[in-house]
Amino acid sequence: MSAEPVAVQQTAVQPMVKAEAVRKHFGRLEVLKGIDLEVMPRAVMCIVGPSGSGKSTFLRCINHLEQINGGRLWVDGELVGYRQRGEKLYELKEKEVAQHRRDIGMVFQRFNLFPHMTALGNVMEAPVQVKGTSRNEARQRGLELLERVGLSERCDMYPSQLSGGQQQRVAIARALAMDPKLMLFDEPTSALDPELVGEVLDVMRGLAEAGMTMIVVTHEMGFAREVGDELVFMDDGVVVEAGNPRDVITNPQHERTQAFLSKVL
Amino acid sequence: MTDTTTPTASTRADVKAIPVRHPGRWVASAGVVLVSAMFVHMLVTNPAFQWSFIRDNAFSAPVINGAKNTLVLTVLSMVLGVALGIVLAVMRLSPNPVLSGGAWVYVWFFRAVPRVVLLILFGNLGVLYSRYDIGIPFDRQIANLFGLSLSGRFFGVSANTILTAFVAALLGLALSEAAYMAEIVRAGISSIEEGQTEAAQALGMSRGKLMRRIVLPQAMRVIVPPTGNETIAMIKDTSLVAFVPYYELFFQLQAIGSRTFQLFPMLVAACLWYLAMTSVLMVGQHFLEKRYARGTRRSTDRAEKKSLFKIWTRLPSNWGA
Repeated sequence: MSAEPVAVQQTAVQPMVKAEAVRKHFGRLEVLKGIDLEVMPRAVMCIVGPSGSGKSTFLRCINHLEQINGGRLWVDGELVGYRQRGEKLYELKEKEVAQHRRDIGMVFQRFNLFPHMTALGNVMEAPVQVKGTSRNEARQRGLELLERVGLSERCDMYPSQLSGGQQQRVAIARALAMDPKLMLFDEPTSALDPELVGEVLDVMRGLAEAGMTMIVVTHEMGFAREVGDELVFMDDGVVVEAGNPRDVITNPQHERTQAFLSKVL
Repeated sequence: MTDTTTPTASTRADVKAIPVRHPGRWVASAGVVLVSAMFVHMLVTNPAFQWSFIRDNAFSAPVINGAKNTLVLTVLSMVLGVALGIVLAVMRLSPNPVLSGGAWVYVWFFRAVPRVVLLILFGNLGVLYSRYDIGIPFDRQIANLFGLSLSGRFFGVSANTILTAFVAALLGLALSEAAYMAEIVRAGISSIEEGQTEAAQALGMSRGKLMRRIVLPQAMRVIVPPTGNETIAMIKDTSLVAFVPYYELFFQLQAIGSRTFQLFPMLVAACLWYLAMTSVLMVGQHFLEKRYARGTRRSTDRAEKKSLFKIWTRLPSNWGA
């Protein structure tokens, strides 16, 4: 009896991201060897694993910065990078790919802020240039977002005048300015001095609490345990283990997961 | 042993050390001053300079007209050269092998041929065709193939009307400049790290927009200084269009020189003219460089204002100490 409403809900809500047997190779190097994953709306998935395990590549496949070589990848029910008609796949035009990317925010390890624009300029750029929002409206919204990441006083500063943590928070605000339905974080704290990691994680925690769907490639096991709904351990291009973060961290089933966790914890 | 951990009155005071002496600098400066004095002395006392002749002739109507031509040619050929150079650079970086190969061949050809040769060549382009027509390509060949006598030409002019000396000079300079600018722009675009493109793509920007809004404005910082060099070189290279022949500054000064048998003073006048034009350009370049350096330094606005002043007062602060 009590299981029934849950079943109904599961069929009604489609996953925000769904990966089926996703494969990717660079030349002869196989980076992803068949990834199956599902991320439900409002969920936070953390992906951990040794460097070179393919976790960043998988993240970049989701917004088509990398083209997949096999399998299928959907974001919000739409195929990434292709259109399917019958059995045939058609590559999407650049314009259509760009259209899809608008709804997916991405935060990079090296921030990648635009150095020739102020913090506010960075946040306003995409709404004005891509969405066609008026400058006034974009400025209002940009100031709100900078306030939200705690940087409203630094809005006129250039990236080179900001600390790493501040730059990364601007980068998060820049991604949020497009009102994405999904946020991808590619090792957002790995390039930061240890004392600056906390401020970025705080912003991300706030986002998760507000119900943003997030996929976070990270080495911060504390964050994964506290904020994550699911923890995925990847190694050598495959998902080795996935599940509730607390379970995976305290009681890893797989040998490789145990070996990795013993090194990072 | 003295206790180094407790500061005494003398260790707490400001450091007042005697600066290192630089006797070499004093000797070298004396040498430079001496040579400069000798040079100025020669300028003033040697009658061969004929300063009054320079004063009377360096600003005569044909010279002013020539200077105007020099400036117009410089500006137009640089504008055309930069525009075409950007197109070529983007072509060169395109994944399409025909486009990038075409750009490569263009640069290969126009960098290989000396400007003088190119200018004389363009001056004689009338030899190729006496008329230039716009119409369907290969119209006669196609018509012959089907045994018809059709003409696919809509509009035509005789070579003499469009290939004026000015057009030939402009084409020669601009086309050759485009080859150099293509390489400069390509280096600028390549200097922007891939993360910038990726960040813009992730925000949903199209290729054209991310080029215009993100890559090129940053590449300008790398592009502007060598472009300033190119412009200065262009001012001077306009003197080559005398071979087309087209009348610019140097041609007119030399003409006066040969007519009056006062060649040397007119050469000095040419030096002064080019010196003046180049100096104006250097100031412009300084402002452009500052504009595109936005966000690259940690300095505040006030420090940037000070740096503007430095161009005039570039003296080492510890000079001769």
